[in-house]
Amino acid sequence: MSVIDASRMQDIEARYPEILHRSFRQRFGALMIFIGVILYGFYAVWFFDLPKVITEAHWERVGIYLSEWVSYDVQPEFRISGDTISIKYPRFSPLGDNPHPDWVTNNPDGSLTVSVSGTSRAVTITKTQAILTAHGVTIPIDITGDVPKVIGSEPVPAWMTVYDDNILADMGFAGNVSISTDRVKIRKRFIGWANFVFDTHSPFFDKPASEVVSLIVSGPRLNPEESNLSLAFDNVWNNGAWQHGDVWTKLFQTIVMAFLGTLLGSVVGFPLAFLAARNITPNRLLNQVLKRFFDFLRSVDMLIWALFLTRAFGPGPLAGSGAIFLTETGTLGKLYSEGLENIDNKPREGVKSTGSSTILVHRYGIIPQIVPVIVSQTLYQWESNVRGATIIGAVGAGGIGLKLWEAMRTNANWENVAYMVLLILIVVFLFDAASNALRTRLMGTQNR
Amino acid sequence: MTIADTQPQMQTAPQTAREIGDAWSRMVARRRLYTGLGLAILFIAFVSSVRFADESNAGHFFDRLPHLFDFLSWLIPKDWSDVYRALFDLPSPNGANGVGGEEFNFPLGRVYVWGNFYIPEYFELMIITINVALVSTIIGFVVALPLSFFAARNMSPSNPVRLVTKRIMEFLRAFPEIVIAGLFSAILSIGPIAAIIAVGLHTIGALGKLFYEVVENIDMKPDEGMKAVGASWTERVRFGALPQVMPNFMSYALLRLEINVRASTIIGAVGGGGIGEELKLSISRGFGAKTVALVLLLFITIVAVDQFSAWLRRRLVGEHAFFLQH
Repeated sequence: MSVIDASRMQDIEARYPEILHRSFRQRFGALMIFIGVILYGFYAVWFFDLPKVITEAHWERVGIYLSEWVSYDVQPEFRISGDTISIKYPRFSPLGDNPHPDWVTNNPDGSLTVSVSGTSRAVTITKTQAILTAHGVTIPIDITGDVPKVIGSEPVPAWMTVYDDNILADMGFAGNVSISTDRVKIRKRFIGWANFVFDTHSPFFDKPASEVVSLIVSGPRLNPEESNLSLAFDNVWNNGAWQHGDVWTKLFQTIVMAFLGTLLGSVVGFPLAFLAARNITPNRLLNQVLKRFFDFLRSVDMLIWALFLTRAFGPGPLAGSGAIFLTETGTLGKLYSEGLENIDNKPREGVKSTGSSTILVHRYGIIPQIVPVIVSQTLYQWESNVRGATIIGAVGAGGIGLKLWEAMRTNANWENVAYMVLLILIVVFLFDAASNALRTRLMGTQNR
Repeated sequence: MTIADTQPQMQTAPQTAREIGDAWSRMVARRRLYTGLGLAILFIAFVSSVRFADESNAGHFFDRLPHLFDFLSWLIPKDWSDVYRALFDLPSPNGANGVGGEEFNFPLGRVYVWGNFYIPEYFELMIITINVALVSTIIGFVVALPLSFFAARNMSPSNPVRLVTKRIMEFLRAFPEIVIAGLFSAILSIGPIAAIIAVGLHTIGALGKLFYEVVENIDMKPDEGMKAVGASWTERVRFGALPQVMPNFMSYALLRLEINVRASTIIGAVGGGGIGEELKLSISRGFGAKTVALVLLLFITIVAVDQFSAWLRRRLVGEHAFFLQH
């Protein structure tokens, strides 16, 4: 082991001062940035009033919404008047107009037992009482007075809430029971997407798959006007709860918007890029004007173009395509002109030396070099516009965005939101894969 | 058309000049055919998409084209100095305070900070929007940084981890932002936090992808050196890889900040608060001066952010062309 004495150390220090004596910025720059970001974090917490927002948040809704993405509920109402208990299902119930679900049983003594979740969570309704069974206990509730009253069992268990004129029993994911003196409302939750294929108005509703298939293949015509196949297709396409036709058309609109906008943007941006590239068009003023124009188109932003064009053309995909077209002209024009500025000048000179005209010089000297950049950038932009077009849809520019936004705003159709999100994800992933495959094939092996 | 297709496929090498010439013209003919077919398909797709878009639009293209600027002319303020007044919340003579309704009652939006000192409404909204963009970029950067090392082929600790991380990033990128914003504005009540979460999650996916591509292209020699002295994975990342990628990471983060300023404006327009919502309201109500003021402010801010980030990026990584990516 060699030992370095002081003189050699000083020697090394003198030879490499930049390593041993680094400036303040070099030594503490990263630390300062880190501290700065932490301080900014504190500022942001204060600025957005985060603690208040967090404490006031309805975190219990997370579970409710997320479970609503994959489930549906049925809300029968049991009205008790005099001697009869009548069941009322809401209009557009997922079970159809005349359901007789097996989870409602008529007991011999005239009472009804509704199973919310198996036999462990159920409610039995008699003319005088509602008997709740859940969490291992049975609690009768007297409903003969002015307000429903819990019999015995003091204090009431935590899963029950007593309000002025009704009692709410929470049965977890399975649903809840709301009891008032003249009616018992039950919300029973099921996993799955009800009526996804046929809605309740369809003659095929609630039939097993084999029966539907045999009806379509060889059954008698349900509607003399059209064959069962076209009837079935019509029922699926115009499904009232899921609106498959509308959703798919809107999704297709989004794709078309992205396609049209990107294609037009590239068609317009391409010649402009030649004028904006300083090595091809030697006019500095023209270069600068065009580059700033591209900047303007991009920075005014898709949103503003979309708002403007929806005013001009009315809501729909035309406005969306126009908005994407304007921003894309800016983006692609910039990217193309940067690509043009990076080309190798030698092929151009070679073509020029043969005495070709300007058009031919551009055609044979420049375009072959720039085609890979153009194709890959354009494909990439198309793909990312399919992703982005959902948002401008929400301000009325056509496509699935508005539908998505409306489904969310009602706070009830989260399963429709899930369906649309799923479709969007599938489309985006398909486009990702297709555009990647196309890019790699067109550009050889290079994959950006 | 692939590169391979355009190469003359020769089972037997052409012997004479004539054969070579024939092979060449065959190749050219095939190339032309492919190009022509491609253009024809593109053209058909274009025409049918235009028709589809036109038919499902509320107003048809050629009917509405003469009216393209109707709306714009409607938005032109009667008095151009109203734009300036709207921007700084000054009283306007065109509608005496409170009399002209919201359209001209600009001082309504003043945000008093200290005594008579106030921030004009739109500046405050712009500050919120920029902060949304900044916070979500920082969140995206901080989360995407470690994730990118898990996702990079050359640095990932194990293959399953790499694939899972990549899928998570793809998912975050592709998930529609408005859904996240909608979900969180239902939970957290309407406000900028929902926008931060939506834009931040998207940023994690987008930056993560760019980052791991940078990591995959690093020089592995420092990493080998670290391995040789027995460094752990964390140390290899910290001392072998991070110093190489940091300038590019910063540059991409700045690029992302530019995009996020726009993204938070758009998210704002669908209920995330900030300047986007105000812009949408002002346009839908037809407030000319306010709209022009907002667009002007937005334009100036975006250009300023772009220029600042371009300057900073040039200082960080030199003259380097980076592509915009969503």
